[in-house]
Amino acid sequence: MTYSHIVSVRDLVKQFGRFAALRGVNADFVPSRLYAILGDNGAGKTTLLRSLAGLSAPSRGTISIMGTTNLRSICSHLGYMAHPSLLYDELSGMENLRYFARLYGIDNDQRCEEVIRSVNLDPELQRPVEQYSQGMRQRMSLARAWLNDPEILLLDEPFSNVDLRSAREMVNLLIQLRDQGKTIFVVTHQASLLDGAANEFVWMEAGQIVNRTERFNMGKGD
Amino acid sequence: MKRAFPILAVLTVALLCYGLYQALWVAPTEKTMGDVQRIFYYHVPSAWTAGVLFLVNFLASIAYLMSRNPKADALAVAAAEVGVVFCTIVLVTGPIWARPVWGIWWTWDLRLTLTLVLWLIYVSYLLLRRFSTSGQTPVMAAVLAIFGTLDIPLVYFSIWFFRTQHPQPVIGGGGSIDPRMLHAFFVNLIAFTCFGALICWARYRLEVLRREVEETQALESLLEPRSAR
Amino acid sequence: MGKPSLIGITRATLLKDLRLEWRSKDAINSMLFFALLVVVIFSFSFDPTAEESRRIAGGLVWVSFLFAAVVALNQTWARELRNQVLDAYRVSPAPANSLFMAKSVGNFVFVAVLEALMTPLFIVFYNLRAAGPAYQLLIVAVLGTWALVVNGTFFAAISLRTRSREIMLPLLLFPISIPALLAMVEATSSILTGEFSARFWIVLLVAYDVVFTMASLFLFELVLHAE
Repeated sequence: MTYSHIVSVRDLVKQFGRFAALRGVNADFVPSRLYAILGDNGAGKTTLLRSLAGLSAPSRGTISIMGTTNLRSICSHLGYMAHPSLLYDELSGMENLRYFARLYGIDNDQRCEEVIRSVNLDPELQRPVEQYSQGMRQRMSLARAWLNDPEILLLDEPFSNVDLRSAREMVNLLIQLRDQGKTIFVVTHQASLLDGAANEFVWMEAGQIVNRTERFNMGKGD
Repeated sequence: MKRAFPILAVLTVALLCYGLYQALWVAPTEKTMGDVQRIFYYHVPSAWTAGVLFLVNFLASIAYLMSRNPKADALAVAAAEVGVVFCTIVLVTGPIWARPVWGIWWTWDLRLTLTLVLWLIYVSYLLLRRFSTSGQTPVMAAVLAIFGTLDIPLVYFSIWFFRTQHPQPVIGGGGSIDPRMLHAFFVNLIAFTCFGALICWARYRLEVLRREVEETQALESLLEPRSAR
Repeated sequence: MGKPSLIGITRATLLKDLRLEWRSKDAINSMLFFALLVVVIFSFSFDPTAEESRRIAGGLVWVSFLFAAVVALNQTWARELRNQVLDAYRVSPAPANSLFMAKSVGNFVFVAVLEALMTPLFIVFYNLRAAGPAYQLLIVAVLGTWALVVNGTFFAAISLRTRSREIMLPLLLFPISIPALLAMVEATSSILTGEFSARFWIVLLVAYDVVFTMASLFLFELVLHAE
């Protein structure tokens, strides 16, 4: 099913007590695009992403994904990655993915292997994830995020503390996924990595979207 | 609605005064226990009122889970807090009565033990509300209230059977009942019910107001521009 | 991609937890040692004659099981908080109940292992021998342990989002467990002394288990998806 707007956000407000992380976000997002979400710390980027993932219920406003506001009903079409790895330290990469695959109803190892290879890691690696380098861990985390072949990927700081080569490989994978028709949201401080890859840069400040540009060096605008 | 509150307040005060007069003056002194028995006019009505309030808490919790109406949650909090207070009265008056009459401070008397367990459950409920860092504290608290209420029949039966196997003295048992005593008892029962309802209502209004203030402050902080970091 | 099945996910989660537990053996070892310490300290504190011991053993054994269980239960969700793995579960279409059942059964196994270690020690220290039907002790142990574990797992999940998480679990668990504890203790004492029938208490435990297992399954979704 195609959507004119695959993600729609209206007047989204999220308050933690008196602190307002999101102060009225309004935006529409079109499918098959790579969106980079940028902004200073505290701008609300992570809160926005978590709200889209259904992990953080809005205080006010609505989020509509794939035509519905019931985010639980479409959660199998979402992939989420955060700064913590969302992996079990004591299990190997393959064991981790095998388990998470089960949560999506995927019974075979084939998919897990395919996804691990896509991030340039070895499915046969028996080492537990806690012994991975940061770059390997982030890549395995990304593998877990797109394990269920979701239409929408929500990635929070996927490149943080990752070496340049691994980061570039991840960006290439994201470009491939975008070209396959997925909609990808990337929150990052390293926007330069996505220059040329992202379709749009979404600038956030103080809990609101302040600008949307097509090139990174157009900056935050006025 | 606004006028009902002062009316209830006046009625409550009147009933409490009348009840006091009945309990301490009109009702005859009990034959075997003496004047200490008059505590009965406060001990049992308090237990009854606490029970009613906890029932209100249960219903309000269910209403909240189904409708997510914050007023239901405010009522649940109010009922729980006031209920705990009345429970405390029961737990304090029980030993005060028991000591001179039966020579013991405590016994695993059915009413007293049930009250103690209820007190523990609802204090833990209040602690959860205080210690929770979740954005959805009302949901968690409502869930706990349901668990607590489901527990009550189980508590009742377990204590009841325990007592049949290990007979214990009964507080409030024995003694004669004069019709004037019954009259004083029922007056106080109604008076305490009104009293409980009044305080709960006052607490409810306080809670609703407090939340309105919080909401307004939150909205204000939403509108004012955030300072640059 | 097939539709995730409740039982399949429960089993997968349970196996994953058991494997994780096995890999980080230090948690198990310290728990076992703690259980041993509890038995020894109780035995020092209460040194009854053989006759008395049968009367009070029920209480001692279950109180010590309770303390060991609380320590184990606090660990339950700790693993899911590290690296925020719980978010990965919440984001997936897997049903909340599967997670709850898997955690509860895993806890049950774990606490049962602790009890299996502590019981022989109690028997030795107190020269215990059952005057009544001993097979009933096993029934009481299973029902009683499940009673503690099912509510313990649920309240441990609630405690995740509170300050002073570790103390919150026993604060919530103990009051509600009182009827079950009374039943366990009285049933055990009845069987050991042979004075009364434990039948009523066993029925009460069954009722308790049914009521709270159903309540937990019904309400866990709300707890899991609360922030």
